[in-house]
Amino acid sequence: MADNKESGHKGPLSIHIPEPPGRPGDKPDFSHIKIPKAGETRCPDLDTKAEDMRDMAYSIVRVLDRKGNAVGPWAEYLGDDLTDETLLRGLKDMMVTRAFDQRMQTAQRQGKTSFYVQCTGEEAIATGFQRMMRPGDMNFPTYRQQGLLIAAECPLIDMMNQIYSNEKDPLDGKQLPALYSFKDHGFFTISGNLGTQYVQAVGWAMASAISGDDKISSAWIGDGSTAETDFHSGMLFASVYKPPVVLNIVNNQWAISSSNAIAGSQNTTFAARALGYGFPSIRVDGNDYLAVLAASKWATERARRNLGPTLIEWVTYRVAAHSTSDDPTAYRPQTESDAWPLGDPIERLKLHLIANSDWTEERHTQAKAEIESEIIRIQKEAESHGTLNKGHGPDAEMMFEGVYKEMPEHLVRQRIEFEKQGLEG
Amino acid sequence: MARMTMIEAIRDAMDVKMGQDEDVVVFGEDVGYFGGVFRCTHGLQAKYGKERCFDAPINESAIVGAGIGMATYGKRPCIEIQFADYVLPAYDQIVSEAARMRHRSNGEFTCPMVVRMPTGGGIFGGQTHSQSPEAIFTHVSGLKTVIPSNPYDAKGLLIAAIEDDDPVIFLEPKRLYNGPFDGHHELAVTPWSKHEKGEVPEGHYTVPIGKAQIVREGSDVTILAYGTMVFVAEAAAREQGIDAEVIDLRSLLPLDLETIQKSVEKTGRCVVVHEATLTSGFGAELAALVQQHCFYSLEAPVKRVAGWDTPYPHAQEWDYFPGPKRVGAALKATLEAK
Ligand SMILES: Cc1ncc(C[n+]2csc(CCOP(=O)(O)OP(=O)(O)O)c2C)c(N)n1
Ligand SMILES: [Mg+2]
Repeated sequence: MADNKESGHKGPLSIHIPEPPGRPGDKPDFSHIKIPKAGETRCPDLDTKAEDMRDMAYSIVRVLDRKGNAVGPWAEYLGDDLTDETLLRGLKDMMVTRAFDQRMQTAQRQGKTSFYVQCTGEEAIATGFQRMMRPGDMNFPTYRQQGLLIAAECPLIDMMNQIYSNEKDPLDGKQLPALYSFKDHGFFTISGNLGTQYVQAVGWAMASAISGDDKISSAWIGDGSTAETDFHSGMLFASVYKPPVVLNIVNNQWAISSSNAIAGSQNTTFAARALGYGFPSIRVDGNDYLAVLAASKWATERARRNLGPTLIEWVTYRVAAHSTSDDPTAYRPQTESDAWPLGDPIERLKLHLIANSDWTEERHTQAKAEIESEIIRIQKEAESHGTLNKGHGPDAEMMFEGVYKEMPEHLVRQRIEFEKQGLEG
Repeated sequence: MARMTMIEAIRDAMDVKMGQDEDVVVFGEDVGYFGGVFRCTHGLQAKYGKERCFDAPINESAIVGAGIGMATYGKRPCIEIQFADYVLPAYDQIVSEAARMRHRSNGEFTCPMVVRMPTGGGIFGGQTHSQSPEAIFTHVSGLKTVIPSNPYDAKGLLIAAIEDDDPVIFLEPKRLYNGPFDGHHELAVTPWSKHEKGEVPEGHYTVPIGKAQIVREGSDVTILAYGTMVFVAEAAAREQGIDAEVIDLRSLLPLDLETIQKSVEKTGRCVVVHEATLTSGFGAELAALVQQHCFYSLEAPVKRVAGWDTPYPHAQEWDYFPGPKRVGAALKATLEAK
């Protein structure tokens, strides 16, 4: 041991306050993210022990190279899943997600709803992951995984009706816009409280296993929210009981105005969180649709083969504002999203399809126009059922319904009081 | 004197205390560089440095737990929970730890900490940006709970809270941040710059914790209110032409029973209003105290107007919110009761 007096710290103690690589006025800087070449990161066997694949938590799985070619072991692992049809569908899912977001963002600005959250730049993750989920499986999403629903073919009209809190809102106006619940599409009711659902997804998977069922679940969380205790609780239960669950972390670099360094990623990766718990973890290029497909296949396969949980850190960037209540120019460099080194997921898949199939720039432009006009058509239909401040909303009395299975006496009294007042007024 | 919004007044209180006392430390989610999602801490990091005002990871339990650690060391943490709806992960730290620190160590360790949080609805925030959880704090021995209704009180109460040697829950009615919202959501709110309570003195002053304020004198009925409901109560009395006395409690615990008692003894009638759900709400405590202390003056049963016993709905916000119409009806019923 070194002599304390000689080598010890002399000055006063201090704490470390992590900073993002840039604030407004600074040049964007992502040099701290080490990006391996596409195809470089290995694809371990499904039953590889966590201790034998620790490197995977620090690397980044990438399939698409700069020219749009699918390269390396993860492309091979996709095998028969890598068809033009699958990829075209993926492209379309991402384009629909982005166009849907743009329309709903504008609708919020027009006062047709109170709130909206876009997932711009992150479309590949949810839409790609959902391709590996099966009917009966359950996602426990955050507010930024609308791509799961779109890829699961949830009718856009139902989503819009919920956003508008109109008379056809499947949730009768009770819940915030975009905090959907679509059980039939494997989409758990979204809580506004961060992190709570991570451990619930683990419990759901435990129940499936205890019941001898073949269903799997998947948990979703943002980089910032991994700080919540419930994230760690979920990791712990996953490590103890090894249920069939895929634990996703969407690392989009920001949590409102706090960079992911504030969530404790400065000297490690989010993927590395699983190493302490002793289960496999991979870090993946979330803007590479093929890498998303491959990693999702790997993790869901592990779950289906009873090999236990997998953590996936999706490395991506939140291009949009946090939500319609946020203005990111106040806390990050204006051009930061242009400097993001992993590019745009739609552009990258498009490049691949043009290089490797009969997809063309013209077809792409045409598809984009078709998608947009279809969404506008659906939006008109949704608006014919009302918007938050116009037309028939859900009945006001609906707020008393569903607090309990059977309404207790005190609520019955309150509902009567409510109705009486309506008449008097 | 300057006219301030409630946000500016809250910021000013922290500014004054951080300037006076190096031990005051401010932290919470997004409070550092950005200055908080409601901008209450804007500029404090630039002025006092990163070790005095900083961002915290999204873990409310850890924010409060670390705050307790700092307070027991001798600091005066003034921490922010982004919305009162998100304080629940920290409930154990607040209830089992902060509140009991003094008692269980017999005064050896104390917890001079302030936990600020925006509370109440009216912004279409749905069930997770609208709740009023005051009763889960007033139920806990060892905590003080305050809730200002205007910029003047907000600054004075926050300074008093930071200087208090016990943990204080500081609830900020978010619908009042920019003006005295009275429940008439269809009308524009008068900004604080045009309201006399927007007048805030410079520098240090306190509003004592535990003192209510009569904001409208009257002789026929007493309305006990706090936060947003103070303005709703005033509007209801005005619109119904009722000579009501409106008391802004400002501090729920400790409670200014003397002011309440004097008023109810004078008016003989009492209506309690709050935005939080009715059952086991703070109104139940108030009603019980009034019947115990003013029983022989009461000419009518104490009436409560509160949020319905449901989660805060999104689209039905204004059917849920106990606005001037509902308060007005309760006032009339109480005056008519024999
Ligand atoms: C328990 C809780 N605390 C705080 C919030 C407020 N809040 C909503 S979103 C958010 C940031 C989340 O960031 P991240 O987890 O990275 O997800 P992203 O928004 O980037 O997708 C915060 C602090 C909340 N909803 N719930
Ligand atoms: Mg994030």
